[in-house]
Amino acid sequence: MKPAPFAYKKARSLDEAIALLGENPDARLLAGGQSLVATLNMRLSAPGLLIAINGIGGLDGIAHKGGAVEIGALTRHCAAERSDAVGKHAPLIARAMPFIGHPAIRNRGTLGGSIAFADPAAELPACLLALDGEIDAQGPKGKRTIKAGDYFKGLYETALGPQEILTAIRLPAANAGSRVGFAELARRHGDYAIVGLAASARADGKGLKDVRLAYFGVGNTPLRAEKSEAALARGDVDGAVAALDLDPHDDIQATGAVKKHLAGVLLRRVAAQLMEQRP
Amino acid sequence: MKITADSPPVLSVLDRPNSYIGRAVPRPNLQRLTQGRGQYISDVTLPRMAHVAYLRSPHAHARIVSISAEAAKKALGVVAVVTGAELAKVMTPWVGVLTHLKGIKSAPQSPIAVERACWQGEAVCAVVARTRAQAEDACELIDIAYEELPAVTNPETALDASTPVIHASLGDNLCFERKLDVGEVDKAFAGSHAVVEATFVTGRHTGVCTEPRAVVADWNEGEQRMTVYHATQAPHMMQNLFAKHLDLSESQVRVLTKDVGGSFGIKVHTYADEMATVALSKLLKRPVKFVADRIESFVTDIHARDHRIKGKIGVTKDGVITAFEIDDLTGIGPYSVYPRTSGIEANQVVNLTGGPYNCPNYRAQARVVFQNKNVMCQYRAVGHPIAVAVTEGLVELAAAKIGMDPLEIRRRNLFPDDGYPAQTASGLKLEQLSHHEALAHLDTMINYAALRAEQAALRKKGIYRGIGFASFIEVTNPSAAFYGVGGAKITSQDGATVKLDAQGAITIHSGVTEQGQGAEAVLAQCVASSFGVSMERVRVVTGDTDNTPYGGGTWASRAAGIGGEAAWQAGKALRGNVLAVAGAMLQAKPEDLDIRNGIVVDKITGAERLGLDELARVAYFRPDTLPPGFQAELMVTRHYVPRAWPFAFTNGIQASYLEVDTDTGFVKLLRHWCVEDCGTIINPQLVNEQIRGGVVQGIGAALFEQCLYDERGQMLNGNMADYLVPMAVEMPDIDCGHVVSPTADSELGAKGAGEAGTAGAPACIMNAINDALRPLGAQPLTDMPFTPGKILQALGKV
Ligand SMILES: Cc1cc2nc3c(=O)[nH]c(=O)nc-3n(C[C@H](O)[C@H](O)[C@H](O)COP(=O)(O)OP(=O)(O)OC[C@H]3O[C@@H](n4cnc5c(N)ncnc54)[C@H](O)[C@@H]3O)c2cc1C
Repeated sequence: MKPAPFAYKKARSLDEAIALLGENPDARLLAGGQSLVATLNMRLSAPGLLIAINGIGGLDGIAHKGGAVEIGALTRHCAAERSDAVGKHAPLIARAMPFIGHPAIRNRGTLGGSIAFADPAAELPACLLALDGEIDAQGPKGKRTIKAGDYFKGLYETALGPQEILTAIRLPAANAGSRVGFAELARRHGDYAIVGLAASARADGKGLKDVRLAYFGVGNTPLRAEKSEAALARGDVDGAVAALDLDPHDDIQATGAVKKHLAGVLLRRVAAQLMEQRP
Repeated sequence: MKITADSPPVLSVLDRPNSYIGRAVPRPNLQRLTQGRGQYISDVTLPRMAHVAYLRSPHAHARIVSISAEAAKKALGVVAVVTGAELAKVMTPWVGVLTHLKGIKSAPQSPIAVERACWQGEAVCAVVARTRAQAEDACELIDIAYEELPAVTNPETALDASTPVIHASLGDNLCFERKLDVGEVDKAFAGSHAVVEATFVTGRHTGVCTEPRAVVADWNEGEQRMTVYHATQAPHMMQNLFAKHLDLSESQVRVLTKDVGGSFGIKVHTYADEMATVALSKLLKRPVKFVADRIESFVTDIHARDHRIKGKIGVTKDGVITAFEIDDLTGIGPYSVYPRTSGIEANQVVNLTGGPYNCPNYRAQARVVFQNKNVMCQYRAVGHPIAVAVTEGLVELAAAKIGMDPLEIRRRNLFPDDGYPAQTASGLKLEQLSHHEALAHLDTMINYAALRAEQAALRKKGIYRGIGFASFIEVTNPSAAFYGVGGAKITSQDGATVKLDAQGAITIHSGVTEQGQGAEAVLAQCVASSFGVSMERVRVVTGDTDNTPYGGGTWASRAAGIGGEAAWQAGKALRGNVLAVAGAMLQAKPEDLDIRNGIVVDKITGAERLGLDELARVAYFRPDTLPPGFQAELMVTRHYVPRAWPFAFTNGIQASYLEVDTDTGFVKLLRHWCVEDCGTIINPQLVNEQIRGGVVQGIGAALFEQCLYDERGQMLNGNMADYLVPMAVEMPDIDCGHVVSPTADSELGAKGAGEAGTAGAPACIMNAINDALRPLGAQPLTDMPFTPGKILQALGKV
């Protein structure tokens, strides 16, 4: 379990990192290393060059401005977990944080790395999708912003180009009418979930509107359950469960049928969370 | 996990002044290990040392057509690329059979596969290089052409005529078969009021050690000697095997075992890759290091417990158990593991099923078959968790069927505490057990009546909690009956050499070994107590075949009971010798003196007479002042082997309290209890740590751990992300209680405690889950591990 030989460069700026990516087609960015290093050690990938981005300044802030929360790509999971701003303005992220691995992993792993890696069973991609967030990227052609709904393309596949670096994620800040819900099932705390559900909505009188349900661990990307969203907005929880049109594959921890059943259980639990919260 | 205070252990005659017996003293190696100054194999670095990586078969069964290694041989840092055929010239193959397992057969196994690979993960080629990374890089340059052969993976069909035979020379895929028929089983079933049948499955799993398997072999051509630094439980056994298969004498082999990071029975076997590493050192005439990585550990460390057992129990309406019957089938991989064999586990299932119960009618059949998967062999509590799951599962199913409380049915059938010596239906001889006292202790400890009341109240609110039990017996302190009689060079005796140094401190050299369980603490406690010094004055040396007495090592819960007794006796003998010197110096009768706290005292008044430093000074530097003809003997060796009983059986009972989420099938463990009787308790903290750690491993079996294979013999979850070891967050508080029935076979009276937790926990969890789900009419769960999916299925939800 030793990685294949690779070269290592520490980038001082985004421009330098982008240039290095351009010059080295088999290079990979290294952030917290909590996903990448494992794949290197198991020789599942063997890039010729690792470009460490940890030394690039200005990529690790958490800011609340203009009705949005912006979190820099290099923000460590533990920093987001302890951030008051995240707790107050991005409560869904705060709820998801303790489920990401274990403290040692959260000390090192980054939010940007998690969104860039886009593990289909990871918490943050689903949260981003549930919150209708945005991804800021910078590449040789400059900066651009990608909507979460357009970002997750396939298994470990995103809208990021080969020379693009994820610089920040942006989420609408929570306000009095915001409702969020989060639940996941893993056999051991800290494992990737068998099934998980991140949700957001807006209070609408006694009911809900703008319900967004993003499942993880049930497909190649985080998945919206749009039919169920509509049913939930009508206050019809049974209908929402019945309308779940997920078709998860069997994996090592559970069959597709078990995952689908658990998705329904989570929906009821998360629906209760969404409806319970009152300012 | 909370450490709870226990009932203080009952002290015996061993309670000498300043005795350490029965005291929770810290281990002497604690400081060293916690400061990172342990010496594991990975820390061993020798001049000219090279590293080996093994290229392993990706197929479960394949003919090796060709190996092209030209590019690898030229790669950076590569010392040699060696195939099985080349290594066969250095080391002979082995066959894992024992004569007392009648009819057991296996095929010769080579250090590196020759011509044919028989499981996914078997080494097919070695690359030796300056670093492990270079060796792994070069492995990628080797091109092996395989011709895939049909893989035998299903034990149920392994003996069918249409199934290919893995080793043609054996004639079939049967490794071992045992049949037993005691009493009048059919008549007993016919006369029963209820007969319950169930099929139990215990999942194939493995003991995941913190430190992987590791070895450094150093052949010294000038000295014609092989020194092996080895993470093993049994250095003398390995000395014999290395010598035998390299065609050396044992005096040409030295095995050194320093710190070992956990073993659980994993490190007590012959592993092809470790044997190959030793052979490579001989071939290349330089030190070679092999440290298994996690990925190769999962496909090469022995697996265990892959059994399917059809069980049957008969009971009268008064809850008297009339008969047990089992049919056990297990698939063990392509070879019986050397030298302990892969027949022992099934043999133990036959021996131990029904073990706690006074029931004379018992029929058993066990079949052990070959298959193209990683090998299976003995892992902590060999066979026990399987036998206990079947027995206790059947007992609680029978209790439910006749509407009797699960503790009550046990009370009516457990061997009576005053009825010993006794013998189980399978023929196990029991010296003195305490099933009823242990059960009564547990009943109080868990506050059973209140727990049942809470369970009933919560059920009304839709919360499903379960209470499950498991009574068990555990094999400890094995005599020669375990392996010696079967022809294996695995000694059951053990020795201790105790020496007074020139400043009056004590050194003990022992044949048992330390892998983290605290064996060295126990040795120090025994010697300090029987000799009469404080533990700080005792230094313990283990794991060196050149310097320790010939011994078996640490396995089968033998280190404390056997190694401890040898240490106790050696300390006592040295005390006698020291008092002889003191008598000569003080012109007193030795029998009027004693040693307490490192000082020779007057036995009756306790008055201090002579310091050990002064005594040592005279004995070593001024022996001329001692009486003529008197010779001080300040180094003593004593050996001990259990003789009166083949095994010192222990007993106990566990309880589990858990909650099943009937929507998700998830199990939350609320609390776990274990009351056990390991005879004299030398160190209650170490005993409780053994129990708790053992329970956690048993919980792993019940809920989490399983080596999953597909029908082509590919392991599907051979990594730490997908193979779920139990973790702290999911573990309940584990409370321990004790009953003390010392064995009369030794002065110390200590039996083993290393496997009791693992033996009982899986059955206990299973019974608790079924207790929780019974009111819902769920099909009893008997197929471990109990995953959310299986529980949902039993509830009819998926
Ligand atoms: C034992 C264990 C358990 C874990 N459990 C969980 C869990 O339960 N849930 C969970 O979500 N995660 C889990 N993780 C993964 C963890 O969250 C990682 O931190 C995260 O997936 C990746 O972040 P990183 O900073 O470590 O990225 P790295 O490992 O450094 O990189 C991951 C990938 O993203 C790319 N990348 C990184 N940063 C950028 C960027 N700014 N722009 C473009 N590409 C980039 C890298 O090139 C690489 O391909 C676990 C990890 C471990 C080791």
